[in-house]
Amino acid sequence: MTPVLEILNLVKSFGGLVATDHVSLDVRPGEIHALIGPNGAGKSTLINQICGELQPNSGTIHLAGRDVTRLPASARVALGLGRTFQITSLLEDWSVRQNLGLAIQAREGGNMRIFDRVTRRADIWDEADALLRETPLSARFDHRVADLAHGEKKQLELLMAMAMQPRILLLDEPMAGLGHAESQMMIEALQSSRGQIPMLLVEHDMEAVFALADRISVLVYGRVIASGTAEDIRANAEVREAYLGEEDA
Amino acid sequence: MVLIVEQLLNGLQYGVTLFLLAAGLTLIFGIMGVINLAHGALYMIGAFVGTWVALQSGSFWIGLPVGLAVTAAVGVAMEVGIIRRLYARDHLDQVLATFALILIFNEAMVLIFGRRPLRTNLPEIFSGSVEIMPGLPYPIYRLFVIVVGLLVALGLYILINKTRVGMLVRAGATNRAMVQALGVDIGRLYTVVFALGALLAGLAGIMASPIVSVQVGMGEEIILATFVVVVIGGVGSVKGAFIAGLLLGMIDTMLRAFLPRVLAGFMDGSDAQALGSGVSSMGIYLMMALVLLIRPRGLFAAGA
Amino acid sequence: MRKENIGLVVLLLLLIAVPFIAEMTGQLSLIRLVGQILIFGIAASSLNFILGYGGMISFGHAAFFGVGGYVVGVMYHHFDQGTAFLGIIPGTDQMLVTLPLAIVVAGLAAALVGALSLRTSGVQFIMITLAFAQMFFFLVVSLKTYGGEDGIMVRRTNDLPFLNMRDKATLYWVIVCVTAVYFLAMRRLVHSSFGAIIAGIRQNERRMAALGISTYRYKLVAFVLSGMGAGLAGALMVNFLRFASPDMMHWTRSGELMIMVILGGVGTVIGPFIGAAALVALETNIARWTEHWHLYIGLILLVVVLATKGGILGLIRKVGGRK
Repeated sequence: MTPVLEILNLVKSFGGLVATDHVSLDVRPGEIHALIGPNGAGKSTLINQICGELQPNSGTIHLAGRDVTRLPASARVALGLGRTFQITSLLEDWSVRQNLGLAIQAREGGNMRIFDRVTRRADIWDEADALLRETPLSARFDHRVADLAHGEKKQLELLMAMAMQPRILLLDEPMAGLGHAESQMMIEALQSSRGQIPMLLVEHDMEAVFALADRISVLVYGRVIASGTAEDIRANAEVREAYLGEEDA
Repeated sequence: MVLIVEQLLNGLQYGVTLFLLAAGLTLIFGIMGVINLAHGALYMIGAFVGTWVALQSGSFWIGLPVGLAVTAAVGVAMEVGIIRRLYARDHLDQVLATFALILIFNEAMVLIFGRRPLRTNLPEIFSGSVEIMPGLPYPIYRLFVIVVGLLVALGLYILINKTRVGMLVRAGATNRAMVQALGVDIGRLYTVVFALGALLAGLAGIMASPIVSVQVGMGEEIILATFVVVVIGGVGSVKGAFIAGLLLGMIDTMLRAFLPRVLAGFMDGSDAQALGSGVSSMGIYLMMALVLLIRPRGLFAAGA
Repeated sequence: MRKENIGLVVLLLLLIAVPFIAEMTGQLSLIRLVGQILIFGIAASSLNFILGYGGMISFGHAAFFGVGGYVVGVMYHHFDQGTAFLGIIPGTDQMLVTLPLAIVVAGLAAALVGALSLRTSGVQFIMITLAFAQMFFFLVVSLKTYGGEDGIMVRRTNDLPFLNMRDKATLYWVIVCVTAVYFLAMRRLVHSSFGAIIAGIRQNERRMAALGISTYRYKLVAFVLSGMGAGLAGALMVNFLRFASPDMMHWTRSGELMIMVILGGVGTVIGPFIGAAALVALETNIARWTEHWHLYIGLILLVVVLATKGGILGLIRKVGGRK
């Protein structure tokens, strides 16, 4: 089975600092592959390269078999790459519904039309309403995003990413800043899509990782030091020392 | 050959003027993050006050320090009164507010000095020329301007690279927040930098007044070229302002001097003059467009 | 929406009545005043689309205003002299030709400037758009055939079939019509799918890229559309004043257009027209009792900018949210 996302020998250095050190990993259809590692391991740098915000020095990135290493960020999205941000990046002045509608509008296309009325595009807004109805966000549909709680913003980002119907979803620390109840909700939301959309989940929250991940890779100082199932990782001495050991202490 | 050297020197003199203006502007924009369209107004104020005092007192050497002092004072007042409120604002607000200041200062000059351009009298030592090359008499005053400009450049280099204040300025140009976190009184630093910029602008104005016409609107004429120098040299970099300033000064002067001649080779005389002058004026902007497309941050951009 | 439309219809009727009001009150300069307001309103409105809705601070907008005006001027010059532009395109004094031509040429100019400028952002963008405006200005000043510094006198307003364009009122009514059509088009544009994308790009370009939008392409189209609007205004202005001058392209003219946008309140379709009215009214009134009216305009602008909480851009974002 060709992996949906395949990263081969990716290298990124900033002057003397090697942030990404010959990283290879892949995400197979239907799986949730978690990427963990201590702070400063280079997870954000890696994500930014996959998404296209940063250019690697060498190595390749393949999306559904296509080489996307030189493609700009928006082109990769068109090929099915979806993402959520660690620090949410939404249209703060618009409402929840407007944000979601925009995501669907972007996916649907036909946006060079200058004389239509966007509010009359029923296909977009019906879908937005339907998607909202299934989530707790429906109660806040007309609230400004700026007025939302942190957890709600994260939910909205996930909803928007899903609405794009991506081939693969990159989640950059979806649990960051969430309280216990909100974390549970986020884990459930991700569980419900498990198997349908493959995901690369970058996370610190080990509870979420062990609950969701089919495979786990560990990134330390820009290198993948281990990769396998949850049991493999738990048993791995090197990982324990570098990462899990810290957690226990 | 003689002609080329003469124009090169003229270009150097113009370039030094641009440098004086651009150095202040690049520091202000680099450290405080403020686009100050009204920087040219300080140049104009220096020229007007310096010239007027020189005329009244009969001495250029009295006009010079008074002009500098007044311009610096106006600069400080400007910073404390208006510019301070713009540090946290978006570029659009800064552009509009300082554009408003241009309107205000220009009319204020008209109110105080009237609409007719002021004429200056050069001190005795400066009238006349010196034969710097066989067959090339060159005005002593212009040489004086060049020398002053280079001395100021040296002085700034020492100030910025060898003093504590200079270190803060360099740090501020690369990372404003860090300097603040170090407990430096950022407000005072900003005022000092702005006053320095005003002083340099005023000096440029006073130096230029015997050569250009001292009139309302002289600030606008030179401010655009100044911004081009800042953008090409890299925001926050005095070295960039120096190199880009001299480069632009010389390119602009050479174009204006020789392009019409070149065009006259295959065009009607007055047409060649007009087209040549027009294209020369475009020259520096074309340069900026080119630099921005290759190095979007300028040649010597400071910091992140 | 209903109330808004009724207000607009009333406004339109008032505008149509202006020549009659002018005759009745003996204030013949009223036609000239209102005509200029409408034309500047179109120019400011086109700037507002990229500035207020799109968040692109372009200091070069006057260039397209001037280009549109010069199309009319150059075409008239060749018509008057019986010569042809570049030896192939004959001159014309027909408005049905010059207006669309002005729009197209201004659009092309905007495409050129935009394609290069939009590769930058922030202060570099402001500077490079300003530089391009100055390049156009100097280019025009250097062309002696077309008047150079002195500009082109367009002795007769362009012709429209069946109408007597020499009549001040008729020309004015044509301008009112064009303005009305432009206004409706702008309103449609703002509420369109394209308009929503542009507004999104203004708020958060990173988010739009994450949604797969190639922001450069959309910004460029917006830039071209806005340039076309400015070109239309320029063409109308030259017809109205019967004079095309390089000053139309000067960067300080861009500043004036920005002031109109700000005074009228960014982010609304009618705002720029209000701003144009405010600035023109301010200028004529203040100019009446002092020749130093620039001083007062400057002071007013300064106060408006400093007094707005969160800055003008904050105002833009706030108003943009109310969409």
